[in-house]
Amino acid sequence: MSLHRGGYEIRLVWRHRLGWAFEWICRLTTWSTMLLLFVLLGAILVTACTPDQPLRNPNFKSTVAAGNGIPAEAEFLPAKKPRGWLTWDFLTKGNSYIAEDAGIMSGLWGSIWVVGLTALMSVPLGVGAALYLEEYAKPTRFTKLIQLNISNLAGVPSIVYGILGFTIFVRMFGLRDRPEKFICSLGFVDVHFELPLGRVVLSGAATLTLLSLPVVIISAQEALRAIPASLRHASLALGATKWQTIRHQVLPASLPGILTGVILSLSRALGETAPLVVLGAAAQLSIVPGRITSLGDAIQHPGKLLQAPFDQFTAIPLQVYSWVNDPSRGFEYVAASGICVLLVVLVLMNGTAIFIRQRFQKKIRW
Amino acid sequence: MALVKAFTQFVDPPTEGGAVDMAQQAESAPRRPKLETIQMNFFYGIHQALREISLKVHEKSVTALIGPSGCGKSTYLRTLNRMNDIIEGTRVTGKVMLDGEDIYARDVDVVSLRKRIGMVFQKSTPFPKSIFDNVAFGPRISGITNKAQLSEIVEQSLQRAAIWNEVKDRLRDSAMALSGGQQQRLCIARALATSPEVLLMDEPASALDPASTSRIEDLIFELKQNYTIVIVTHNMQQAARVSEITAFFCMGRLVEVGQTKQLFTNPIQKETEDYITGRFG
Repeated sequence: MSLHRGGYEIRLVWRHRLGWAFEWICRLTTWSTMLLLFVLLGAILVTACTPDQPLRNPNFKSTVAAGNGIPAEAEFLPAKKPRGWLTWDFLTKGNSYIAEDAGIMSGLWGSIWVVGLTALMSVPLGVGAALYLEEYAKPTRFTKLIQLNISNLAGVPSIVYGILGFTIFVRMFGLRDRPEKFICSLGFVDVHFELPLGRVVLSGAATLTLLSLPVVIISAQEALRAIPASLRHASLALGATKWQTIRHQVLPASLPGILTGVILSLSRALGETAPLVVLGAAAQLSIVPGRITSLGDAIQHPGKLLQAPFDQFTAIPLQVYSWVNDPSRGFEYVAASGICVLLVVLVLMNGTAIFIRQRFQKKIRW
Repeated sequence: MALVKAFTQFVDPPTEGGAVDMAQQAESAPRRPKLETIQMNFFYGIHQALREISLKVHEKSVTALIGPSGCGKSTYLRTLNRMNDIIEGTRVTGKVMLDGEDIYARDVDVVSLRKRIGMVFQKSTPFPKSIFDNVAFGPRISGITNKAQLSEIVEQSLQRAAIWNEVKDRLRDSAMALSGGQQQRLCIARALATSPEVLLMDEPASALDPASTSRIEDLIFELKQNYTIVIVTHNMQQAARVSEITAFFCMGRLVEVGQTKQLFTNPIQKETEDYITGRFG
């Protein structure tokens, strides 16, 4: 016995040390990731806010020649972006081949339209599929197959979705060789569209919907599974139908989890470039979908809102991609500004969704 | 002892579920039982959980179901309001009658059946909503939207469940903030809000402390004036205190049923006597 005395104590000390080491490993992992992110963000912000360098004036005439009646010209042209490249101008101008005049307006509005339509399409489809799989489907081999396939689809590269979207929505399997124009008269407005759809907002949104569906379905399923069966039993025992149970008890209780999945998938959709490149969305565009010039314009001409999904579009990541590839001087600053705008839109979108989720979490009061 | 028993059996043969009030016995025709199962068998897939159960439950009385764990009491209770339909692969043969009508007939609407037969579960499961919304859920889903009507129903149900005074000032607060005993009484109020005729209670007080338990038992005593109650309990003292008729289940069979006092002091079957005296179960 005396040989082993203290053995437990020694092992106890090492157990404590192991716990402490593990805690520190986790801490360091988090900090290093945060550090990397902040360095990246900082570099982008600095680039976006670097003041423009004054250009040498090619028509420079020195003061000596001014005495001959020829007006003097400055040696340096005034900097077009003295306070950095991320200005209000940047947000309200379309794309251009001159760096100083390039703006992100068409990309910004194109992204808003595409991601908005994606959200409208992917949330009902995804939540509906998750509800069917969790509540109504019997656990047969077929449903297990569907489950497996959805998990696999979540990992498919986005460019594959781009090719798929191109085939289905842009070219519609080549059913028509030449696009045919159609006009849908809705009384107060005529909506013009083509079949096959072509490179329009709706094609982009449909493609991104396919992209984000697996994530929405899986996270909605997890949220539904987390609801205890006793809640459903209690509701059914009170004389509720299955649909009433789902609508009044299960869905409200699982909404925070579902919203988390929606936030994740929409964030991904906002930043996806490859599928839109394959789709052929324009990179050099100076107009917004629907050609809506202001809020007043949108209210006065609601038909433009209906026309927008059938217009050409571009997206922020696409524009950033084309600027990054542009060798002309100054476009790296423009690209950095574009990235900043993208991040701000992302934060605003996530913030809204998180706010909605908080409201529902408060209502649920577990 | 055995001779005395045999003599008693000869003189006064036991009738199944034949324990009606003395006053009612004076009437000429025996009243139709509120709930009745006739030769009921229940299967979970191939496994038979209940064998040939024939039991009568009389109106405005309390019937207790006792027996060892796994003997089928809760399963039996759930067949009475067709809650077992939710589970895959279950099968019922025989008849289960509510007011003389078979509830497993083809054209029976399960939803309206469950409004007439309410259920309180072992673990209280209030919805993660306010107290008002919990109790109002039943009436709301059956179509009552008038706010005044709903308030009245909620107040009535909470009063009948003896919890009104404790929650009348905080109807909008979350139901999850209540204590265990209060939550169970809330679940009873919730079941009462649909104006059922029968209340099924599956070990309603097993998760509660003695003080809350005795409150629930007092509540059951009050409720039996207006509702037919079937209660499953592990606690034999509870069954003895609360019920008029007790049925003893064992291994899926109904071993004995009779007046509570008689069953507990002078059981007829040996199995019943063994269970009551604690020799097994």
